Amino acid sequence: MRTDNLILLKTVSSHYQVELSFFTHLQDLGLIEIEIREQSPYVHENQMHNLDRMIRMHHELEVNPEGIDVVFNLLQKIENLKKDLNATQNRLRLYES
Amino acid sequence: MAFIDYYKILEIDKSATETDIKKAFRKLARKYHPDLNPNDKEAERKFKELNEANEVLSHPENRKKYDQYGENWQHGEEYEKARQQQQRYQSDGGQQGGFGGAGDYSDFFESMFGGGASRGRGRTAAFKGQDFNAELHLDLKDVYTTHKRTLTINGKNIRLTIPAGVENGQVIKISGQGAEGANGGPKGDLYLTFNIENHTNFKLDQHNLYSTVDLDLYTALLGGEITANTFDGKVKLTVKPGTQNGTKVKLKGKGFPVYKKEGEFGDLYISYQITIPTNLTEKEKELFTELAKLRTI
Repeated sequence: MRTDNLILLKTVSSHYQVELSFFTHLQDLGLIEIEIREQSPYVHENQMHNLDRMIRMHHELEVNPEGIDVVFNLLQKIENLKKDLNATQNRLRLYES
Repeated sequence: MAFIDYYKILEIDKSATETDIKKAFRKLARKYHPDLNPNDKEAERKFKELNEANEVLSHPENRKKYDQYGENWQHGEEYEKARQQQQRYQSDGGQQGGFGGAGDYSDFFESMFGGGASRGRGRTAAFKGQDFNAELHLDLKDVYTTHKRTLTINGKNIRLTIPAGVENGQVIKISGQGAEGANGGPKGDLYLTFNIENHTNFKLDQHNLYSTVDLDLYTALLGGEITANTFDGKVKLTVKPGTQNGTKVKLKGKGFPVYKKEGEFGDLYISYQITIPTNLTEKEKELFTELAKLRTI
């Protein structure tokens, strides 16, 4: 069985001192994907950046998984608005130059 | 080095209880946490201040010392004695860890509590390193093709692939190229903002390019073939007879590359600007007059 680029959830759980149920809750909300290999749960390494942020929010700001979901959605909206603003500013440059 | 009013930073008064401090800190941390304010230097600065204030006020010993000597920290033997005592306490095993990452304390804090103040929370947590922000100035020609470039950021050489079609003002994140993490935490990320200057005769709007080509009167009237510049070379264009000033032609796929979509390009729009001949000879004037007469008949 290949587990390349997969990280055992137990390892993540003990490293960050977070209950395993926290991860299943995040999965239920569609925030992360957990893969089961030989009855052990894993996460793909490309999810670690976001997972790390979620854990920080949980630990440091006491935000629960539902709150994290809301925050991530709003941050995504901000990101999209920033992109729109940037595109509009670039378009404005056309008329200013 | 100025005195820092930690009570003011946490927006509480001096009689605040431990619960008040915790509450105030949590409330403000939710507002200024770097994860909620990506690329916001002001929020990052504010968050560091909050951490520092919390480090001092949430720990009874630190708070007592701060209340006693804080404002007069520069004077008095009492303060120096307290400081030495504090340092002994640390070497006897003051705990590390806690909220929001190590380091980055003000000079005031370092002077009063030393480099590694004792912290109230028991858990030794791993924290992600600080994110770096950098700006990369490029010419529009540079981002027409995907290429590699070596950047020096904080004394470290980083080899990067600059994808074709990256836009002015666009920010890309390069994972793991920020500062080292604390207590075995992951490295921070590098946020690179592209500042792209256009020194070409083409105007760029998203992926489409716009340019103006001069067309002589006779080719515009009678039609013909001209050579026009595209971003990466020249093309031959057939001009229809009777082409009007300002006519636009679209050259499909001759625009700018689309970011992260290899082989996909925008279009090039060429506007014809018809040039009217000047300094006519007598003969030319005569012939144009003749033509004008033919038109008015």
